[in-house]
Amino acid sequence: MNELNDLYQEVILDHNRRPHNFRVIDNANAKQEGYNPLCGDRLTLYLKLDGDVINDVAFQGTGCAISKASASLMTDALKGKTVKEARDLFEQFHGMITSTPGTPVDDLGKLSVFAGVREFPTRIKCASLAWHTMKAAVAHEGDAPVSTE
Amino acid sequence: MTSIAQAPSLKSQAPFDVAKIRADFPILSEIVHGKPLVYLDSANTSQKPLSVIKATDDYYRHANANIHRATHLLSERATALYEGARAKAAKFLNAAETQTIVLTKGTTDGINLVAQSYGRSVLKPGDEIVLSWLEHHSNIVPWQLIAEQTGATIKVVSINDRGELDLDDYARLLSSRTKIVAVGHVSNALGTINPIKSMIAQAHAAGAVVLVDGAQAAPHLVIDVRDLDCDFYVLSSHKMFGPTGTGVLYGRRQLLDAMPPYQGGGDMISNVTFEKTLYNQLPYKFEAGTPNIAGVAGFGAAIDYLTSIDRQAALAHEDDVLDYATKQVREIAGVRIIGEARHKTGVLSFLIEGVHPHDAGTILDQQGIAVRTGQHCAQPVMDKFCIPATIRASLAIYNTREDIDSLVGGLLKVKEVFA
Repeated sequence: MNELNDLYQEVILDHNRRPHNFRVIDNANAKQEGYNPLCGDRLTLYLKLDGDVINDVAFQGTGCAISKASASLMTDALKGKTVKEARDLFEQFHGMITSTPGTPVDDLGKLSVFAGVREFPTRIKCASLAWHTMKAAVAHEGDAPVSTE
Repeated sequence: MTSIAQAPSLKSQAPFDVAKIRADFPILSEIVHGKPLVYLDSANTSQKPLSVIKATDDYYRHANANIHRATHLLSERATALYEGARAKAAKFLNAAETQTIVLTKGTTDGINLVAQSYGRSVLKPGDEIVLSWLEHHSNIVPWQLIAEQTGATIKVVSINDRGELDLDDYARLLSSRTKIVAVGHVSNALGTINPIKSMIAQAHAAGAVVLVDGAQAAPHLVIDVRDLDCDFYVLSSHKMFGPTGTGVLYGRRQLLDAMPPYQGGGDMISNVTFEKTLYNQLPYKFEAGTPNIAGVAGFGAAIDYLTSIDRQAALAHEDDVLDYATKQVREIAGVRIIGEARHKTGVLSFLIEGVHPHDAGTILDQQGIAVRTGQHCAQPVMDKFCIPATIRASLAIYNTREDIDSLVGGLLKVKEVFA
């Protein structure tokens, strides 16, 4: 059951029970739905951007412990980051949860608790739902302004 | 000598020997995550007995050739296996004629065939197709496609809190506009057995034809298409101990004869010129291209397997295990059972308060217990109960009360992790 303990660490169970930033942002300037049709996990992500900086980020929805805790910890991690930093973090996070079990992982602070997901290939989609939703939400943010020159 | 004389009466009186059945299924000895496999996902796909595995292997070793085409011995053997399975399927369903058995890729393929061939021929704008809230996506989406193509509309029979069809609602929905009723024999998500015989009679009285989705019924119930008086009956080999990728469409001869081909290709024609092509007779008209011959050979062995056991005794055993499972799982604090129809078979769907089904599924898997978690390709059922998903333990003839004890132990572990 060691793998199971790796997956369901206390931090993840806590965030599942009491997710952070589980609310609507009324004046959000980016909003994105995330849905996993195979398992029915569904969330809405709200972002309040000030220029290129994520001032506030929150979510609502239903899903398993892994998807809910991942959304909770992601929203904590993104506050104050630039859109580019958020995208870079997506790549690092995605790299971590899809890496070969047993190989070393980057230290991603609290997000490192999700390293255990790599032992459970069927659960990678749960851990990455919020992150894919974030990536879609900021798809056009931070791009260089369209140039007419 | 006496043993031969006594054999028939012994067979009918002997209690169902589940240990003997289990020995027929090699995979049941598998170790997963260091634990003995407890397979409770047969509604998803059933496991295969050795005779089925051997039949597909034998086909490739001794009979591999294309059917109906060549003059050599291997082709004769392949054709005999293929047509033999068709005859077995006809007998299994008590169809009057073997030619009314179309071999398909499975239930989904059979429903799409009827929707596109029969549906396209008869449906006009304003006509109605009646489905139910219990249906699997594969008995919903093919009808939505043909409705969109023809201008027909879809009406849906509601269900009650137990997960049974509302038969008053069904009677209200039937009218002279109803052209097709498509309904499951047994619900894959909840296990409800629908009263299809009386539903078929009602539909006929309204002038509609009826397709029965028998995918979940075939491994459990004895099916008699003549007694049911259904117009179409579809099932999948893989749910009834046979290989994936093959199944059966039974159709009433007059309907099949009048229906245009579904797909064009080899084997479904009798004469091809660029001016005009003549189609082959039933059932070949609906069997374009080289089929899954090895799968069909295995399917034939699966039907032999099912017909070699005492089906009534097998069903009584399964009902006993389901009753035991329902009682034991219900006793766990925080469990809510979804679907408590008075007539059920093979399925226990439930939720545990505070635990998402996917998390339960992963923790059970780590203990060697295979269940399905999610929407079970039946999103409308989940929406009706206002739930995102369930944990589904589904049974077959090889499951035991011990499997249920393992499940209960596994669920207690789930609760411990999420305490």
